[in-house]
Amino acid sequence: MNIAQLFRDYFVKNGIGLGTFLLVAVLFWVVILIILPQLSMLDFSFRHHLPPPEMGGPKDTYTIEHYKYLVLGAPGADTSYNVVDLGVFGRTLLAAFFVTILDLILCYPLAYYLGQSKGGGFIRLLVLLLIIPYWINEILRAFAFRIIFGDSGLINEVMLTMGLISDPIDFIRANVALYAGLGYAYILLMIFPIYNVIESLDRNQIEAARDMGASWWRIHWRVVIPYAKPGISSGCTMVFMLSAGALAAPQILGGPSSLWFTQIIYQWFNTGGNWPRGAAFAVVLLVACIVIVLGMMRLFKVKIGDIGK
Amino acid sequence: MTKGVDVDLENVWIRFGDFVAVREANVNIKGGEFFSFLGPSGCGKTTILRSVSGFLEPSDGKVRIGGKDMAGIGPNKRPTALIFQNLALFPLMKVWENITFSMEVKGASKAERRKRADELLDMIALPDQGDKLPSELSGGQKQRVAIARALCAEPDVLLLDEPLSALDLKLRQHMRTELREIQQRVGITFIYITHDQGEALTMSDNVAVMRAGIIDQIGTGHSVYNDPATPFVASFVGENNVFRGKIKSIDGDMALVSTNRTGELLARIATSAQGKMNVGDSAMMFIRPEACNIAEDISPAANRFTARVKHEEFEGQIYNVFLEGAEGKEIKMSLVNVGKQRQSAEDNNLTLEYMPDQAVVLPAGELASE
Repeated sequence: MNIAQLFRDYFVKNGIGLGTFLLVAVLFWVVILIILPQLSMLDFSFRHHLPPPEMGGPKDTYTIEHYKYLVLGAPGADTSYNVVDLGVFGRTLLAAFFVTILDLILCYPLAYYLGQSKGGGFIRLLVLLLIIPYWINEILRAFAFRIIFGDSGLINEVMLTMGLISDPIDFIRANVALYAGLGYAYILLMIFPIYNVIESLDRNQIEAARDMGASWWRIHWRVVIPYAKPGISSGCTMVFMLSAGALAAPQILGGPSSLWFTQIIYQWFNTGGNWPRGAAFAVVLLVACIVIVLGMMRLFKVKIGDIGK
Repeated sequence: MTKGVDVDLENVWIRFGDFVAVREANVNIKGGEFFSFLGPSGCGKTTILRSVSGFLEPSDGKVRIGGKDMAGIGPNKRPTALIFQNLALFPLMKVWENITFSMEVKGASKAERRKRADELLDMIALPDQGDKLPSELSGGQKQRVAIARALCAEPDVLLLDEPLSALDLKLRQHMRTELREIQQRVGITFIYITHDQGEALTMSDNVAVMRAGIIDQIGTGHSVYNDPATPFVASFVGENNVFRGKIKSIDGDMALVSTNRTGELLARIATSAQGKMNVGDSAMMFIRPEACNIAEDISPAANRFTARVKHEEFEGQIYNVFLEGAEGKEIKMSLVNVGKQRQSAEDNNLTLEYMPDQAVVLPAGELASE
């Protein structure tokens, strides 16, 4: 079928009015709100950091100096590589990966339970309980975690009173609060895709596997997880991308010695006032995340079309 | 192959809260037998099957397989294999992996499993289909894969939960023969759940007819059809014309029933009711459509009755004649098409006759709802 035919069918099916609206809305969303800003960031990242009067002048040429800076550091620095920024970059990706795994481990059993129990008021209550915390804004939630995990916070106080520890544990410095906060922030994004898929899994398949002598772990390994793979990968993708790109939680909950890569980007844009460098760093983060996600999908044999299911 | 073992239900009750799904079931299924539970949907037949397979523990009573009490033994530890109504093949596993899943569970090597899968695929006449996915097979082929998967575990008892209900008529009739053949070849006990009396009668050695959690009758297809134990069985298994009335006289195992509309009718008292019925009891008399015939001699007698013809239906090998019965119900008569001109005409009165020993009298009771 050729493109013209495709468009004709589309308009016949949806009518001129609705068809035009849908097309314009989607194009506006994709082109104006996603593609163009990203392209302008990409363009920024290849330009020199110049004072405003010189922009568009003869000095405004394309360069890869900001990418070079991320890898090699400032010219004439002590080390041959930009150890600090690259270190933060690596740690951020690793931590995002860790948060994703943590969420997966927490959410899979929960999603399985929700998906396999047939409706009922109790299940609806559980889902509601999961959603309610998201009525509270992100900053407030992050500060609440700070209070819970702080030196004189709830957890330390309880453990001190019970005599489990003699000195308070610095959860903030150990980044426990950060991982907990990030993990918590994206839990729903992990639960719902998995829940959606598992809900459509025929219960008889689980019973059939049990009938043939399969243990619980084998039922999950051979029957449930392969079936839930599209949901798991779409949950993992979202949690990983959003964790790696989170800003508020690392700002509030991160330890004093640990920066998140987004914080560096933010500093370049904001305090540093160096937009091209911030843009370059952001582009690197974006590309790295996409490469990692695509690599993982290939490793676990998930097709990109499956995720939409 | 393993020889089938006995399955015994001893005074089994299954309750869900206040609801009694199965009431006092006592069944003895002999090893190597093809046994069916027949009943309308919601009668508790699947619940019984689940208690045998181990997905459900009876609230009371015992389930024994091969003489061993199964209490507390999970479905993965019982010598049973279950074929689900929707088959429940694993959609993401290849056909051969599906078939040999029970061996994979036990840790058999891939080569071993492959070999066994090929044997079973030969048995179900699907050679070289092992590398397909279930979705690439037709309904009948999936059916056979499900059977092979269940047999691969070498169970002592195979449980089948209406496995043919999703197939079309022709295939269903073909699979009946095939299932029966497989059962005779492997020699294990088959327990079959169905609401289709045709399936139950053609395949089974014995049939249990169930109604609302109660087993009304257990017997061969013949005895269930010809000598029903309750009005429910008489009306559920096959078609039947029912005549309500009171017993007028009893002579040995024959009873004369006086009905309001069709006069006095003579019939045999069902075995289960013999010696239990008295003159004056309200009774139900059943005559099968194929037991009715057009009377040659018009003089009224106890095994004749007259009714007005309402309409006719030509089915090919038989004619069905519908006559006006009591309470707005129709009386159905089936005549074998022997090429003669039709003998009834609409709105005419027609006198029918029947052999009294082909009609059955039972104490009045609940009928199967249409």
